[in-house]
Amino acid sequence: MKRSAVWAGALALAMSGLGTAHAQSTFDNVKSKGFVQCGVNTGLAGFSQPDSKGEWKGLDVDMCRAVAAAMFGDAKKVRYTPLTAQQRFTALQSGEVDMLARNTTWTITRDTSLGLNFAGVNFYDGQGFMVPKKLNVKSAKQLNGATVCVQPGTTTELNLADYFRANRMTFKPVVIEKLEEVNNAYFSGRCDVLTTDVSGLVSVRGSRAPNPADHVILPEVISKEPLGPVVRHGDDRWFDVVKWSLNAMIEAEELGLSSKNIDQELNSTNPSIQRFVGATGDIGKMLNLDNRWAYNIVKQVGNYGETYEANLKPLGFERGVNELWTKGGIMYAPPLR
Amino acid sequence: MAGETGAGVGADARRSPFSLNNPRVRAVVYQVVLVAAVVLGVWYLASNTAHNLEVRKIASGFEFLDRESGFEIGESPFVSYSAADTYRKAFIVGLLNTFRVAVIGIVLATLIGTLIGLARLSHNWLIAKIAAGYIETIRNIPLLVQLFFWYAIISENLPGPRDAVNPLPDVYLSNRGIVFPVFASHPVHAWMGFALLAGIALAWGVARWARARQARTGQIFPIFSVGAGLILGLPLVVFLVAGAPTALNRPELSGFNYTGGGVLTPEFAALLAGLTLYTAAFIAEIVRAGVLAVDRGQFEAAAAIGLRPRRAMRLVILPQALRVIVPPMTSQYLNLTKNSSLAVAIGYPDLVSIANTAMNQTGQAIEGIAVIMAVYLTISLSISAFMNWYNKRIALRGATR
Repeated sequence: MKRSAVWAGALALAMSGLGTAHAQSTFDNVKSKGFVQCGVNTGLAGFSQPDSKGEWKGLDVDMCRAVAAAMFGDAKKVRYTPLTAQQRFTALQSGEVDMLARNTTWTITRDTSLGLNFAGVNFYDGQGFMVPKKLNVKSAKQLNGATVCVQPGTTTELNLADYFRANRMTFKPVVIEKLEEVNNAYFSGRCDVLTTDVSGLVSVRGSRAPNPADHVILPEVISKEPLGPVVRHGDDRWFDVVKWSLNAMIEAEELGLSSKNIDQELNSTNPSIQRFVGATGDIGKMLNLDNRWAYNIVKQVGNYGETYEANLKPLGFERGVNELWTKGGIMYAPPLR
Repeated sequence: MAGETGAGVGADARRSPFSLNNPRVRAVVYQVVLVAAVVLGVWYLASNTAHNLEVRKIASGFEFLDRESGFEIGESPFVSYSAADTYRKAFIVGLLNTFRVAVIGIVLATLIGTLIGLARLSHNWLIAKIAAGYIETIRNIPLLVQLFFWYAIISENLPGPRDAVNPLPDVYLSNRGIVFPVFASHPVHAWMGFALLAGIALAWGVARWARARQARTGQIFPIFSVGAGLILGLPLVVFLVAGAPTALNRPELSGFNYTGGGVLTPEFAALLAGLTLYTAAFIAEIVRAGVLAVDRGQFEAAAAIGLRPRRAMRLVILPQALRVIVPPMTSQYLNLTKNSSLAVAIGYPDLVSIANTAMNQTGQAIEGIAVIMAVYLTISLSISAFMNWYNKRIALRGATR
């Protein structure tokens, strides 16, 4: 299944476009087909996972919906492509999806030699370790010789090797591609340790563990993992739309605009809010969008805090560094003016 | 084309040597057009790929092979590997892991398949039906499902390493795999290896001499027992002369896992079991077909000219059966090798799994897939070439004698 996707991607790179220079830009392409093809995780509670009605829900899914709301004034105009860690970049590079919102870490390699652009950060994360409580491990420094379950093709896999090398410890990796299979291997006892971003550990523990209290997340956070939406090189207009859709959600929270109060705030006299909802100025036109693009995002999807609250709070996430900069966190949007 | 010198054709050619009505000219034109189309197609794909990579600013080329890989690999029994090694070395580890499961799988599948194929021909009703049931069940369930089945059996049913099952002294069964004691490494092992090679060479020489002698005098030499004696006996003698060192490297539970001894990981065991049992079902049918293809009259004829049953089997029946068996067997060996790439699903670090990781870390999917394709093509063509050579040998012997 994975191989077919990588193959299809490589083939698409080989076949696509008779003379790419004249090919349609991503922006025009999305506009004309009428929906956003969004690459998401195959199933990570709180970030992207279909609910019992089969509707995709989560922080990353809301990122896709925000872009659709900005483009079309309708957050429902999204089609989702669930992608494994290994499939995601090829799918984006080859044009199979228009953007990724798939808890993907921003690194220099990906930003440059993979031909991608990161449109910002929608979740600041870091890598951690989860172990069964009965092993009585208190610190990651005690993990010498452990068997570690990890997903391939991730920064997680590289940080893991770096951390054990730096601390002169050894480990046995068990590397399985599908997220469900990695989690199964950990919960069946094939591995002593499960490692991924702390958000992923919290999500897996909350949604998959037979008894969440039997598993502890160790205190060490061994890496910086800024996760954000990604587009491919080559279309700056599209890059701008995705980037500012994310910024609009953060800005809305800072301005105190939410899906519940934005209709009342349409008549606000605050000039920042007037610009935001499109009553004055023409920031929508600068993005080649309707002037009410930001209003549509907040009305239909909500501000950043609302989607965090709805998707991540129930799983036991704290806001932590993902709080607004005005409230002690590092979430910060450049000014919309 | 050069052989076509019929009178009519020659006359045509003289009249209008470059006319399309001339079949020789036509044949050349067709071939030139075909080759040109293929070359153009390949050139189009290659240049378009290069162009698209360039436009999207995606790195290309094989320089990444010499960069540090930065990821660990779960098992590497033949070479030592760490995250500080290069991508090139990671690929080699993957290749060796593919070889390891393919070679062991081919040997085991052949043995099990032959046994089951013969069992299905048995006059014992129960044995024949059990063999038939095995074949029909196994070959009608997708291999991927079987791999998940074996992996789940091993990793979910066995206890953790601290409560491992201990069926034999120093052998432990847990969800970390089977750990067992191995002989501690000793210089005599290398000498035993040389003795084994010498034994094989000697046995081959003796076999040649015995065949020549039989052709000259008609006397039969017990080549099988002498050969086996040489091949097994020489290493044993070296072992005994060296004082029979039997120090064992025993597995010990320390910390999270066993250290020391040999280990068969759940991933390897599941993949090997899946591949072997699946392919054995197909091989069983091939063997049955081969045996049934030899006419009963051949057994009777061999007996009539006074050949003992074993020699009749070796000189008359087997050569004819093998002619039917070997070509489809080649396909099964190729299938087993290629199916080993399903390892990614259960986490065995074979070539495809490692290439996929490398592709993802470097973003160079086209180069990674090129490596995978080149390697599988080479392995498959090698197996094919070997089996064709063997087939020719068998076929000639059957035809000339």
